Amino acid sequence: MLKLELRKEPSKLMLYATPFIALGLTILAGLLLFALMGKEPVRAITTIFFEPLTSLYSVSELMVKSTPLILIGIGLALGFRAGVWNIGAEGQFAIGAICGSAGALYFYQVESIWVLPLMCLAGAAGGMAWAAIPAFLKTRLNTNEILVSLMLVYVAVLLLGVLVHGPMRDPDGLNFPESRLFHDAAILPILIEGTRAHAGFIVALIIVALAWFVLDRHILGFQIKVAGQAPHAARFAGFSDKRIVWLCFMISGALAGLAGVFEAAGPVGQLVPALPVGYGFTAIIVAFLGRLHPVGVLLGGLLLALTYIGGESAQISMSLPSATTSVFQGMLLFFLLAADVFVNYRLKWTGRAAKTSAALRQAAE
Amino acid sequence: MDLTVSIILGIIIAATPLVFAAIGELTVEKSGVLNLGVEGMMIVGAIAGFAGTIESGSFTAGIIAAIIAGAMMGLLFAFLTQTLLANQVATGLALTMFGLGIAALWGQGYSGKSLPTFPKFAVPGLSDLPIIGPILFGQDALVYLSIALVLGVSWFFARTRNGLVVRAIGENHEAANAIGYGVVRYRYLALMFSGGCSGLGGAYLSIVQTPLWVENMTAGRGWIALALVVFAAWRPMRVLLGAYLFGGITILQLHSQGLGVDIEPQILSMLPYLATIIVLVIISRDKVKAKLNAPACLGQTFYAAS
Repeated sequence: MLKLELRKEPSKLMLYATPFIALGLTILAGLLLFALMGKEPVRAITTIFFEPLTSLYSVSELMVKSTPLILIGIGLALGFRAGVWNIGAEGQFAIGAICGSAGALYFYQVESIWVLPLMCLAGAAGGMAWAAIPAFLKTRLNTNEILVSLMLVYVAVLLLGVLVHGPMRDPDGLNFPESRLFHDAAILPILIEGTRAHAGFIVALIIVALAWFVLDRHILGFQIKVAGQAPHAARFAGFSDKRIVWLCFMISGALAGLAGVFEAAGPVGQLVPALPVGYGFTAIIVAFLGRLHPVGVLLGGLLLALTYIGGESAQISMSLPSATTSVFQGMLLFFLLAADVFVNYRLKWTGRAAKTSAALRQAAE
Repeated sequence: MDLTVSIILGIIIAATPLVFAAIGELTVEKSGVLNLGVEGMMIVGAIAGFAGTIESGSFTAGIIAAIIAGAMMGLLFAFLTQTLLANQVATGLALTMFGLGIAALWGQGYSGKSLPTFPKFAVPGLSDLPIIGPILFGQDALVYLSIALVLGVSWFFARTRNGLVVRAIGENHEAANAIGYGVVRYRYLALMFSGGCSGLGGAYLSIVQTPLWVENMTAGRGWIALALVVFAAWRPMRVLLGAYLFGGITILQLHSQGLGVDIEPQILSMLPYLATIIVLVIISRDKVKAKLNAPACLGQTFYAAS
C-alpha cells in the first residue's frame, strides 16, 4: 500500500516545483474539460495560456490586470504567513475605490499634481478602515476574522451600489448608476502610448521590492513568519498576537484599497458598480501560488492575469462561457493544494515486501 | 392576520436552505473539520437540482441530483484535506471558488428557464385550519425534511454510539485514533453528508424558493450557514433557531417597503450580513466559553504517524 511519510524537513525543491506541477495538471484537466464541452481542446488552451503573450497590446493588458492582483496578493501573503485570514480584500478594494473616487469627484476639474496622490491616500485609508473592522473585532471581541471580513464584502459592494445610485452619480449622466468620468489630473499616467498600461504597475513592482525587504531583512517580517510557524515561540519571545493581527490587516487593507483606486483611476476612469470583479478573491490564489513570497506573488499575479485575458479572448474567438476563467482558477488552487502535500511528506510503499525487509533489517541489528 | 401568516411562511421558506447547509456543516465541525466551502457546495447543488429537474421533469430526480452533486464536492474536499492533508481553510476557499465557477459553466443554458411550482405537502383536513393550518400542516415536503434532519442529527450526537465516536474524534483525533477509530473514514462520511445537505439547501433555493437559476444565486448563504454553526454553539437544535432568526431578517427586508419604510433597498439588503457580524460578536465575546463550545481539533490536520 502507498502511504505518506513525514519528511524530516520540508522539501525546498517541491516547494518551488509544485506551482509548475499544478499549472501542468490544470492544463491537462482543461484539455479534458474542453473535450467534454465539445470545444477544440488544444486551440482553447493555446488561446488562454499562450496567445496573450504574442502581442504588445495583450502584454500591456497583462500589466493592467496583474496590478490589482499583485497589490492585493502581497498584503494577503503577509497575513497568511502569520495565520491571519483576511479573505475580505474584495470589500476593501471596493471601499478603496469609493474613497479614491470621492477625492477625484471632490476636486473635479482641479488641475493639480496633488490630486492623484491624495486619491491614493484616501483609497488606502479607506481600505484600512474597512479592514480595521475585522481586526478590531478579532483582537478585542474574539470574533472570527474570516467570516467578518467576508460578510463585509457584501456590505461594501452594496454600499458602492447605493453611492453610485445616489450621491456619487454623474449629475449629467441621464440617471445611469455611474460617477462622472474623472478629469485628466485624476487619471493615472499611461506607461505605453496607445494602451491601458498605467503607472499603477510600477507602484506594484515597488511594493513587491518593499515587501521582499520587510520579509527578509526587517524585524516585522521575522515576527510575521514566527507568528505563523511557531505561535507559542512568538508569544514566548514577546511578539504581541494582537499587534500582528492589526499589522496584517492594515497592510492588506491599505494595499487592497490602493488597488481599488488604481482600478477606478486607471483602466475604468470613473466609479462604476461593476468595479469589483473578484480580484480580491483571485488574489488569494495568487498568494498561495506565489508561495506567500513577494516575488512569487508577482509571478503568480502575472499568470492569473494571463488566465483573465486569455479567457476573454477565448470568449470572443471560441464563444467559451466567461465562467471558464473562474473554473480554471479554482482548479489551479486545487491542484496546488493537492501537490503541496509532497512538500512535507513523501510517498512510501508499505507493502508486504517492504515490511519483511524492515523486519529483516531489525533482526540483523 | 393574513399578513402575519404570509410573513411566517416567508420566514420558513427563507430559512430552510440555511437549515440544511448549517446542520451539515455542524456535523462536519463536530468531527473536527472546518469546511469553508459550504457556499461552493450549495451553488453546485442549486444548479444540479435545477438542471436535474428540467432534464428529467421530476422534482425528486432533481433533488437527488443536487444531493449527489453536493456530496461529490464534499468528497473532493475530503480527499484534499484528509488524504492529501491540505490546509482546510485554503481548500475551503478553493472549493467555493471552484463551485461558483463550475456552477456558472454548467448553468449556461439554464438561465431564463423556469420550473412549475413545487407542490405543498398538505395534511388533509388539518391544513385548512385557520393560521396554524398553513404554517404547521401546509408546508412542502423539504421543510419537514429539514426539521427531521435537525432532530435526527441531534439524536445522532446525543444518543448513538457513532455520534459519540464522531464527537470524540472532533475533540481529540490522536486519542480516538489510538483507541482504533478510523478518524479519516468518519471524516470522509461526515464531509459527504454535509455536502449532500448543502446541495439540498442550494436546490431548495433554485427549485422551491425562486424557482430560477441565476449565477451566484446563493449570495453568501453558505457563509451565513457557517456563522450559524458558531451562533448555535455546535448544538443542533439551536441551528434551527438561528436559521429562522435569519429567515426573519431576510423577510423583514422584503416586507419593509410594503410597510412604508423609506430606506434604499440596497441598505436593507445589507441587513443579513450585518446581522451575521453582530451575532458572531455577541456569541464569541467570551473567549473561554467560545473555546469550550468549539470542538478542540477544529481545523487541525490529522496525520497518523504509524
